[in-house]
Amino acid sequence: MATRIKQRGKLRDELPTLKRLLQTIFNNHRGMLIVALIAVLYHAFILMAESLFLRYLIDRYIVPLMHMTHPNFASLAWVLLAMAGMYLLDVIAVAVYIQLMVIIAQKTQLRMREQMFKHMQALPLSFFDRNDYGDIMSRYTNDVDTLMQMISQSLPSLVVAISNVLFVLLGMLTISWPLTLLSLAILSCSIIYVRFLSSKSNYYFNKQQQQLGQVDSYVEEMLNGQKVVKVFSHEKANERQFTQYNNQLGHVSGRANSLAMMLFPFIGNLGTILYVLIALIGGFMLVKHITLISLGGIAAFLELSQSFVQPIAQISQQLNAIILALAGSRRIFALLDEPVEVDDGTTTLVRVNEQNGQLQETNDSHVHQWAWKTPTTQGYHYTPLRGLVQFKHVDFSYSNDPHNLQLHDINLVAQPGQKVAFVGATGAGKTTITNMLNRFYEINHGEITYDGINIKDIAKNSLRQSLGIVLQQTSLFTGTIRENIRYGRLDATDEEIIAAAKLANADEFIRQLPHGYDTVIDGSGSDLSQGQRQMLSIARAAVANPPVMILDEATSSIDTRTERQVQAAMDHLMKGRTSFAIAHRLSTIYNADLIVVVDHGHIVELGNHEQLMQRKGEYYQLYTGSLTLE
Amino acid sequence: MIKTLAKSIRENKWPSIWAPILVVLRSIAGTIVPFLMGKMVDNGLMAKNIHYIITMGITLLLVTLFAMTCGMLSSWLAGNAAAGFARNLRQDLYYHIQTFSFADIDAISTSGLITRVTTDVNNLQNAYQRLMRIATRAPIVLLSSAIMAFVVSVRMALLFVLILPVLILGLYWIIRKAQPYFHQVFKRYDKLNQVVREDVRGIRVVKTYVRQQQEINKFNQATQNIYDVFTKAQRTMALNTPLMELVINGTILLLIWFGAKMIVAHTLELGQLISLFSYAISILSSLMMLSAIFNQLSMAQASAQRVVSVLNMHSKITSPAHALTTVADGRIAFNHVDFSYQNDPHNLQLHDINLHIKSGQVIGIIGATGAGKTSLVQLIPRLYDVTRGSVNVAGHDVKEYDLHTLRDKVAVVLQQSMLFAGTIKENLRWGNPQAADAELVEACQLAQVDDFVRSLPQGYDTMIEQNGTNVSGGQMQRLCIARALLKQPRILILDDTTSAVDTNIDAKIRHSFRTDMPDVTKIIISQRIASIADADQIVVLDHGQINGLGTHDELVQNNPIYRSIYLSQTKQEGDHHGN
Repeated sequence: MATRIKQRGKLRDELPTLKRLLQTIFNNHRGMLIVALIAVLYHAFILMAESLFLRYLIDRYIVPLMHMTHPNFASLAWVLLAMAGMYLLDVIAVAVYIQLMVIIAQKTQLRMREQMFKHMQALPLSFFDRNDYGDIMSRYTNDVDTLMQMISQSLPSLVVAISNVLFVLLGMLTISWPLTLLSLAILSCSIIYVRFLSSKSNYYFNKQQQQLGQVDSYVEEMLNGQKVVKVFSHEKANERQFTQYNNQLGHVSGRANSLAMMLFPFIGNLGTILYVLIALIGGFMLVKHITLISLGGIAAFLELSQSFVQPIAQISQQLNAIILALAGSRRIFALLDEPVEVDDGTTTLVRVNEQNGQLQETNDSHVHQWAWKTPTTQGYHYTPLRGLVQFKHVDFSYSNDPHNLQLHDINLVAQPGQKVAFVGATGAGKTTITNMLNRFYEINHGEITYDGINIKDIAKNSLRQSLGIVLQQTSLFTGTIRENIRYGRLDATDEEIIAAAKLANADEFIRQLPHGYDTVIDGSGSDLSQGQRQMLSIARAAVANPPVMILDEATSSIDTRTERQVQAAMDHLMKGRTSFAIAHRLSTIYNADLIVVVDHGHIVELGNHEQLMQRKGEYYQLYTGSLTLE
Repeated sequence: MIKTLAKSIRENKWPSIWAPILVVLRSIAGTIVPFLMGKMVDNGLMAKNIHYIITMGITLLLVTLFAMTCGMLSSWLAGNAAAGFARNLRQDLYYHIQTFSFADIDAISTSGLITRVTTDVNNLQNAYQRLMRIATRAPIVLLSSAIMAFVVSVRMALLFVLILPVLILGLYWIIRKAQPYFHQVFKRYDKLNQVVREDVRGIRVVKTYVRQQQEINKFNQATQNIYDVFTKAQRTMALNTPLMELVINGTILLLIWFGAKMIVAHTLELGQLISLFSYAISILSSLMMLSAIFNQLSMAQASAQRVVSVLNMHSKITSPAHALTTVADGRIAFNHVDFSYQNDPHNLQLHDINLHIKSGQVIGIIGATGAGKTSLVQLIPRLYDVTRGSVNVAGHDVKEYDLHTLRDKVAVVLQQSMLFAGTIKENLRWGNPQAADAELVEACQLAQVDDFVRSLPQGYDTMIEQNGTNVSGGQMQRLCIARALLKQPRILILDDTTSAVDTNIDAKIRHSFRTDMPDVTKIIISQRIASIADADQIVVLDHGQINGLGTHDELVQNNPIYRSIYLSQTKQEGDHHGN
């Protein structure tokens, strides 16, 4: 899985995402958010007030105590008690806002993931073609995780830091505006420097991410091919290339990190510098009586100045985290905004009983007779399902571009029960034709009818239920073998599952597994051979028992015995149904009722074996070996 | 473990030493500051003594500037040293992996190796950086603040001694309680990954069987499971901050109460009390930092262990001293060869193989999946070592050859064909970096792929995408054969590498091998009888043993396994082939 490059951008570019995100959070957790905000503000206020209180306490209570001959600690005790109450409230406020933000973050995480997945299920196949798996996956993991972290940590820290600065500023202003101006001047100087440092470090950070991506993908490619590397003794050349990438990475990574870290000692000590400068200038003003400022005023101002600069580092750090998280959220929203599959069909597939020549709808799942149910002005019209499929002047382009068609004017008729074999080179358009039938993609021109009904008028779920597929790339799911076969029809009985497995020649090997049909298999398929996986997918299709089948024969090499079993299973499956096979085996082609020779998206020949051999055209050449397929 | 990792520090040694020293200096300077500040307020400002303010102010400024410089310098050094360390470590790992034999690569999965070179090294870079800075700073601040607190007032400092254990226990309890939750979170993420992966990979199946709702239920179950423990984990960890607030605020109140009593009793000064506040906050927050660091370093430990386990693996297959650097001819001999991937004599993949092949012969190998075909041929270029017996090439044990020489002269085209991102030319030159363009064309002609390459818009300069996604399986296989031919081998091994190639082209390739490279020994593994029927000798392998050896006609006559494969394939294809 390729590592996604995370770039630090500008907050400005992410503002629409931020707005949308805040809206979603606000709409869903209004109450919690308001309580959390109040708690945060209280906490920020206490942070500011703390330093003033201490000074006040000393001046008003402790110093007088020093001058009493019989000190009475009662009033001090009362004030401390009041402070304790305030502090306790502060601890509670902190606990409340942190807990609330964690809960909001977790709930958002849950909701975002569920929304994304639900939405993804309704997306057309083109989405899955355009986005690679690693990219999709990282939205569910990395992007959601950084979003969660932003809500539970960065956002509240940022609000605390900003309101802290504001409160402190307010406090300073009430004491002395000239000193406040001085502090602001120093602050703005430091902000300029901080921005300079962080823009430099961001530059290197982005470069670091690029280089990291380069090293990662190089390492991934080379280590995946490590056996080839060994066979060609190519180690030294690899090391050279790697070292070049790695040195570049090391350089920029050092810059990015050291510049970013330099911020902390700078800000950390800036507070002290501000403190000393204020003491100097304030002391000078005091002694020279320049403005009206009291001793206590300067002391209080000094206390405030210490907590004036600290939050700047926080703000700059949290902003970076937030920008990164927003970039992730943008990808999440992009997925949620992907248009879903078009499905305007109203005709549905229903089980029927035939009574006195009339079709009666039934819910009995053991009835295997089906009909298309089309709404009409007077109730419903039932068309028995037979499996007659017709392509009429079908054009198709993956990019929806009429000048770049993958299929040109496809015309063919498959009679109920017929076997249709597609023959042609890789990329000729065989799979594309079958993909039109189950409406994985939408055709650009022409129409496809199923039992005389335009497939656009059939509800997609019903259309797909009526079509079984066995793909070259077998997809199974983690779970027991029984569950995997039952995937074809959820209410299938155990007997039906075994019958389907027998039809697929899978029963024998399943019984040899340690737990038979209850053996848990891994979806990535490490524990079964390729042939066995194919047989399971055939059993899965068999249990669904659809009237029309689409089969994509495997080209990869499995050993002869297994191959024969798989082939036989496919033959069983095609028996008595209209079937479309993307054929690689001569026997499949030879036995087909209709052979369709496809080349560059055109049908070049159509007919059965004898007819096509007599034509002495493309098929004849293929067959006799003077033309090759790949 | 640390010793192994420390080898990668190298030129970053001095920055790595200076960075923590500077951190220590900065921390100590920082600790003095509150003390001096207190003095400046008490003796200067309160006494309206402008000279004292100025002298103390300048001292403070100098101390602060010193601390700032030390701090920024240490950041610079630490950042670069950590990046340098990571670079060296990544390089050491990568170079070390290059020495791995096939057996070593099998032992650690490829994805495991990739994680080590990428994620684990990044984790260690962060850990190293933290170690130099925060992990140095936190204990120093803790210690020097504690010392200063004792210097100011022993009695008040004893207050900290009472409070500290409360915080330590609290933090410890939180981490102990949260950690198992976090472990569960990681596990539950695996399940989430699995559900999404299977759904995305199998989306055609999901849509065909209209199982979107089942997938959504499965997914929601997985996310709900994450939500349940993750919320617990984070809510527990979130107790940290209020606990810290509680302890700090409580300490300050106690300091004021007892401080006031001591001040009234004239055993403490006002300025001292104020500086104690700063020390209290320093001590407690550095403790908090320590607990965070401890947590992060323990996570890096797992990465360190994974990296070290790779660095400590040493390949057993290496070139011998005084190795042979020429391969005279293409003779091969297997003498009583036993082989096991696990090097376990009770679990052999090959039993007692005896086989003699003459230079220039064509050998076919056939057998079911798992019969040992690939294992057998991989012993010849010494991709694996035999468990017992010996394999000889041109009359010498393969263990006597320089590996580079041996693998150049014994060219294997692996079953899993693989090209790398780059042009076709670049890929072909893996076989021979010095090959002239004409040689590339010649090899491609032999492998029957020249026409295809020429038909591409950029010809031999066409870019191959990563994993060769822009060429078909058969084209890729033929390019891989061409790449191997460029080595000008004495022995050429094709491990089922024409499976996706049309039978017709397959025959042409074999024909050109026979006519254009008669002296090269050719070993062909195939599932297709047609690909090996014209071989000089055919080996039928079954369960790791040679079940039959002979020509096609002989084997059809007297080898049941061979005959059954032959019959099954002719039944399918034979009567349709005109020839």
